[in-house]
Parts: sequence; structure tokens; C-alpha cells
Amino acid sequence: MKRLVFLLVALPLCAAAQDAKKAIEKYQQMLSEGSPAELWELEGETLWKKPQGPKNASLEKCDLGLGAGKVEGAYARLPRWFKDTDKVQDLESRLLTCMTGLQGRSLKDATARLFGNADRPSEMEYLVAYIVGQSRGHKMAAPVGHAKERASYELGKKIFFYRAGAWDFSCASCHGEADKRIRMQDLPVLSEPAGAQKAYTSWPAYRVSNSQLKTMQWRINDCYRQMRFPEPEFASEATIALTHYLAVTAAGAPYRGPGTKR
Amino acid sequence: MAGPMKMRATLGGGFTDVRVLMTHPMTTAQSGQPLHFIQNITVKQNGKTVIEAQISQAVSRNPVFTFRIQGGAKGDKIEVSWLDNKGETNSIETAVA
Repeated sequence: MKRLVFLLVALPLCAAAQDAKKAIEKYQQMLSEGSPAELWELEGETLWKKPQGPKNASLEKCDLGLGAGKVEGAYARLPRWFKDTDKVQDLESRLLTCMTGLQGRSLKDATARLFGNADRPSEMEYLVAYIVGQSRGHKMAAPVGHAKERASYELGKKIFFYRAGAWDFSCASCHGEADKRIRMQDLPVLSEPAGAQKAYTSWPAYRVSNSQLKTMQWRINDCYRQMRFPEPEFASEATIALTHYLAVTAAGAPYRGPGTKR
Repeated sequence: MAGPMKMRATLGGGFTDVRVLMTHPMTTAQSGQPLHFIQNITVKQNGKTVIEAQISQAVSRNPVFTFRIQGGAKGDKIEVSWLDNKGETNSIETAVA
């Protein structure tokens, strides 16, 4: 009898939750059909081709892993090991390499404004939008063939499950098991291919609620803020390794970004 | 200088569907900053005005608009322009695909 009562109460609640989920999915679909992220892509392409810095050079000869100037499909194969720097680099850290190398800018200049705001987005955000847009439809395939790539992946995995900070959180505290959410946002299980594929292929993304395009480095930075960790350094070995772990876990899924979020 | 715009115009089911993205701060009175928002939007089909819209502050930053025009043909020239309260303006043109 007790069980019957429970069922009667639970059924309408489930239906309501299902309706809410459907409504959210519809909203997400509407957002992605006309995403201002496309405006960031246009601006980013202009910046990519604009001569800047002491060498008055554009970034058009930047090697994102597929050869100098090859942008199409490059993001889907990042992070990866680069011979010239002997480091595993993600998109943002590679862009910094090109800004300092090709354009002759100081690291201080290139990193002066990594996160923009709605009134004045950053150069990094524009460039990232353009480059990731050139990988739409490409299957995610971050390599792990090189010893440094394997080490980076393993480090990222370790960081993902490493609990610390004021709340003793790890990435896995929120993204390690199914059916967790923050308010109405379902949290993907990023240690499983299905969850990682769904989430990772929709980042970087335009946030409608603050009218900004957010990079993957920002996403990780803000996760650390939410976990009350010290702020991680932009494009550090740790943030790149974590990105690498997510990228490899998401392998095989076609890239769908830059995405659009609530 | 006004940021980029992007537009797509497609033909289907006897209609021309226009989708246009605009870069604009759309600053409202609530923000404490000087008002800055798009007031007028004009849609032209082969040079002839087919839609004239007046919009308010109650529209998001970097807005997206879709319009449906009756009829039309492939290759029609669609032009969308906006004018804001500071007199700034921008426009974009595309051929119906």
C-alpha cells in the first residue's frame, strides 16, 4: 500500500521533470539556430588575418598542428604535442606561442586580457571562436601517440579525480556520476565517453546570460572557482592536461561548437 | 564602429525566411550607462522595403531576428539595416539561396 501511494505521488512529479527537460532542450535548440557565436567567428577571422605586434605579422602562418596556416579541422586534433615547443599545447596556449613567435609580442602583451567582458570581448575569445568553428563536423581526435601526450592525458585524469580545496572537491564530485545537476543544469559525466562527447563538443560556447563567448580555458578556470580552489594559471600544464583528458575521452564525436549556452 | 552582422536567406514553402544576427550592446536604462539600443530595422527585397520594424530596449544584446516574407525567388537581393538611438547604423546584403 505504501508503495502504491508513493507511485501515485511520484508519477506526476516525473512527468513535470520530463516536461521541464523537454522545454530546456527546445530552448537550447532555439538558441543554437541563431547563435551570436557566429558573430565572434567573423570577428575572429578578421583578427586572425590582421597584422599585429612588433613584426607586424598576422597569425595566418600559425601552426595549429596540421601545418602552418591550416585551420580547418585543427581544433578537433588538439591538445597535442608540438615539436617546436616540445610541449603538449591546447588551442589557447598554442595561440600564445604564435602571438609571441610570429608577431613578436611579449607574453605580457599577449596575455594582458585573456577573459573579456560583454562590452569588450578579448582577442583570445574572438580567435578561439573562429578557429573552433573551422572544426565543425570534424571528429574529435586528440592524439595520445607521443610519450608527452600520454603523460599529459594521465596527468589530466589524475587532476580530474584529485580532491582538494576548501570543500574537498574534485572535478569528479560533480562530473563523476550520473543525474547530478546545478539548479536546472544537468551535469555531464565527463569521465565517460558519452558525457564527455556531449559536453566537450559544445565548448567553447556563447553564454546568452552574459552575452559572452567563453573559452575552454575559462570553463576550467571557472570550475576551479566554483570548487573554491586557488585560481589556476591560464594555459598552464595542469589546465592543458585536464583539457587533454576531456578531449581524449570525447574522441570520435563530431565537433558541434562553438556552442550556445543559457 | 559597428561590429559584424551575419545573415541567411532561404526559400521554402512559398516563403523567404531571413535570419539575421547583429552585434549591438543594446544598453538599457537599467544598466546605469547611457541608453544605446537599436530603434529601427528595415528589410528590403530587391531594393523595395518589405518590413519596417521599431524595436525597444527590451531586446537582448547581439540580437537575432527572423523574418518571413511571402513569395520571393532564388537570387533575390535581401538587405537588412538597423539604426540605433545614437544615429549609428549598419547593414548587410545577401542573395536568397
